[in-house]
Amino acid sequence: MADVFDRVKDMIVDRLDVEESKVTMEASFKDDLEADSLDVVELVMELEDEFDMEIADEEAEKINTVGDAVNYINNIKG
Amino acid sequence: MLNGKNALVTGASRGIGRAIALELAKQGANVAINYSGNEAKAQAVAEEIKQMGREAFIVQADVASETSVKDMMKEVVSQFGSLDILVNNAGITRDNLLMRMKETEFDEVINTNLKGVFVCTKAVTRQMMKQRSGKIVNVASIVGISGNPGQANYVAAKAGVIGLTKTTAKELASRNIHVNAVAPGFISTDMTDALTEEQHNQMLQMIPLEKLGEPEDVAKVVRFLASDDANYITGQTIHIDGGMVM
Repeated sequence: MADVFDRVKDMIVDRLDVEESKVTMEASFKDDLEADSLDVVELVMELEDEFDMEIADEEAEKINTVGDAVNYINNIKG
Repeated sequence: MLNGKNALVTGASRGIGRAIALELAKQGANVAINYSGNEAKAQAVAEEIKQMGREAFIVQADVASETSVKDMMKEVVSQFGSLDILVNNAGITRDNLLMRMKETEFDEVINTNLKGVFVCTKAVTRQMMKQRSGKIVNVASIVGISGNPGQANYVAAKAGVIGLTKTTAKELASRNIHVNAVAPGFISTDMTDALTEEQHNQMLQMIPLEKLGEPEDVAKVVRFLASDDANYITGQTIHIDGGMVM
């Protein structure tokens, strides 16, 4: 769990250029991390590469917070 | 001009697509030749490019099918390692007067000529976003601006491509992906060879430069839009029509 969160956090800090402390499970990509729609699409693409999985468009649209992404990955990866 | 760049041209086995593939290669690009049915002709284009010392290979795909296009993109990226230029050229015609046009004739043309551009663009965007650079050139048509009797389906699709070009250009500009279109007028290809002499002469009267264009006339503009010389141009449609529509 922590492992996935840390990896996701690193990617977000790198991609969105935000303070590490801002990246919490509750943080919303668009409201708290200043990501635009295209940033979120790109982030999902990176998650797919990083965790070697495919996230369907319908699922990707439900990812609004850091927690959504982490939980999704944990569910898939078991 | 395009040394080391990797390009994919759809519908590149003949006509304008073939000329574009050869022109990009002439300027240094490696080219993947997409075709739908004519493998032998596609292979001939690939051979011609290899003789110039560039890499080339053929890849079959129906551009209107997302599954088919996804497989094509995977193959192209795995062969080339990157993809810098996409030319959406594949197109068909099913001409008929509106009153006689069948639903299937309308759908087929929209699927290949308009949806095909959407599907290919979407599929290539992932790679280009990662690279933080890319050039997409869509082959529209002057009739997409002027309209043309007997081509409701084709004109609707080509006008759609021009709108799609503008939207894609706006969506992807922040990622350094440039998207432009060319709008050829009457170009000497199999499509225009089928015209009667009378039709041919009528056409010439509408063209200030008083001649048909050659596929190479289109290819050279596409090559420019695909190059770094066009880095401050995006969302535009360049008319290549001898001045027919201004």
